[in-house]
Amino acid sequence: MNSQETRKFRLPLRQYIAEKTIRGLLFGSGLLSIFVTISIVAILVVESVKFFGYEDVTLIKFLTDTQWTPLFADKHFGIMPLLVGTLMVAFIALLVALPLGLLSAIYLSEYAKPKIRSVLKPLLEILAGIPTVVYGYFALVTVTPFLKQLVPGLGVFNALSAGIVMGIMILPMVSSLSEDAIRVVPDSLRRASIALGATKFETTTRVVVPASLSGVVSAFILAASRAIGETMIVAIAAGMNPTLTFSPLRSIETMTAYIVQVSLGDTPVGTLEYQSIFAVGMALFVMTLFFNILSHFVVKKYREVYQ
Amino acid sequence: MNQQTSRNSQEELFPGKPVKSLGEKNPNIEKSHTRGTVFKWIAIGAAGIAVVVLAILLIDIFRDGVGRLRPEFFTEYPSRHPEEAGIKSAIYGSIWVMVFTVLFSLPLGVAAAFYLEEFAPKNKLTEIININIANLAAVPSIVYGILGLALFVRFFALGRSVLAGALTMGLLILPIIIIASREAIRGVPSSLREASMGLGATKWQTVRHHVLPQAFPGILTGTILALSRAVGETAPLIMIGALTFVPFVPGNIETFSDIIADPLALIAFAPMDGFTVLPIQIFNWVSRPEAAFHVAAAGAIVVLLVILLSMNALAIFLRYRFEKKGPQTR
Repeated sequence: MNSQETRKFRLPLRQYIAEKTIRGLLFGSGLLSIFVTISIVAILVVESVKFFGYEDVTLIKFLTDTQWTPLFADKHFGIMPLLVGTLMVAFIALLVALPLGLLSAIYLSEYAKPKIRSVLKPLLEILAGIPTVVYGYFALVTVTPFLKQLVPGLGVFNALSAGIVMGIMILPMVSSLSEDAIRVVPDSLRRASIALGATKFETTTRVVVPASLSGVVSAFILAASRAIGETMIVAIAAGMNPTLTFSPLRSIETMTAYIVQVSLGDTPVGTLEYQSIFAVGMALFVMTLFFNILSHFVVKKYREVYQ
Repeated sequence: MNQQTSRNSQEELFPGKPVKSLGEKNPNIEKSHTRGTVFKWIAIGAAGIAVVVLAILLIDIFRDGVGRLRPEFFTEYPSRHPEEAGIKSAIYGSIWVMVFTVLFSLPLGVAAAFYLEEFAPKNKLTEIININIANLAAVPSIVYGILGLALFVRFFALGRSVLAGALTMGLLILPIIIIASREAIRGVPSSLREASMGLGATKWQTVRHHVLPQAFPGILTGTILALSRAVGETAPLIMIGALTFVPFVPGNIETFSDIIADPLALIAFAPMDGFTVLPIQIFNWVSRPEAAFHVAAAGAIVVLLVILLSMNALAIFLRYRFEKKGPQTR
């Protein structure tokens, strides 16, 4: 504080003004991110309120009705089918991504030789950088026909194929975040465990992974958030059929796919159907925000600090 | 010999207890070693699956699409006939959107990064900005689409234009650019700042003349990677209404001579024109039932992946080149 005061007197006025102006501009850019968040929340809230202002649409019905038929004559706005569809695809994706991601992370940080690591890591990064629309194509054109040979009765559009491919998509993220968490476990812990007679396997599974658990769990939660918000794979491969079903073999519709469906169609601005995408978007935003905050919380609360 | 003495001393210490020599096999240890080996191979398998799937995906798409990569594919507009359909408008649209995205998000992102790294006081507001940026990076891209639709397309009345799309994409990659730039700025040694300040430079002069040039390669690399994310994004642009059938290019500017003939179109008409981008064209073709359109989609995917890989390669090349050179002001 004191040094700033003295500098203020030493600087020529013109330079002082320039310095302050630039500082203000940079500060403004820093604040922009906050305005983005405020705009997102404001838009979702205002437009959702408009949606719930329509006749026959109430928050209770939105949350409890088991039918979602906004484009039919007999309109029902119950988010349940979309929610179940979203959670089912995300669950399948996590079933694929969590074990594979954690195991790859363990392999990369505990077992792999530096040379293999330096090849595997960039390959995983390529996998992470492939656009989701490409994964959608892969799910629809390659994975679904392949699964059809194994699973009779699988539809052209189905939650299973979309879920598996989504799992592959988020695998690199799980792997890289978990690996970061595992690598910061200090070597002294590993040495102590080995010195006590534990094998490498025992050291890894009973010392290293538990020690990095907060980071691994937070990676899992972020992966769940990512799976829920993923759009193109499900829009292409899981269908646009909002039925309440728990069968992964059938065509379903996720919340994100519904938003895409309405944006693609000719639904006029300001109609009830059009307004419904903001309510669904709100539900999506709240869910992902919850997971993101939970993941921060897990790291903050349960992190073991080593020196 | 050595073993013999150890056995004797153990017998003295624990009389009456059966003692196993080190040479004998202990079934428990054997079992845990087997378990360890099995686990190791499972872990290798898990990492291998990712690589195998990547290979299948790339080979499959390449095999499907490579037949379409004739010159006409790049010079034709989309068509009802899958064999004649091309990606001309999609490529132009992608370029337009990316150029405006960079113009918008790079200065703002870098400025925010400099504020947070060099100027921000340690207070509640700074902490809120930090948490907020981390959260924004994890907001699903389709939510940015909703934001773009309500804010740029409707509130600012930009319509379904290149500019609306670019601004939406700009907001989407802003957190990525900020995070990458901050990392680059943090990598600049503080001795450099101290030396500059010690010679009487102001904070901004130090940042402008010393920290920025040093951090620039890192910022550039981060920006290219952020852009490669934007090139592949589909959902937000579907939301703001990028069209799926576009038989024109923005501003009707096709070649450099068009720019010279009508420079006004470059800034006045093209940004406000309708557009499509490569991922949306791919989505449109994949969504059709005819297999011939899937082939066209595969062709467009090959083009998209080549663009992405070149961008990544460029980023890696830049990082490598500047790393080798080291700090320039020494």
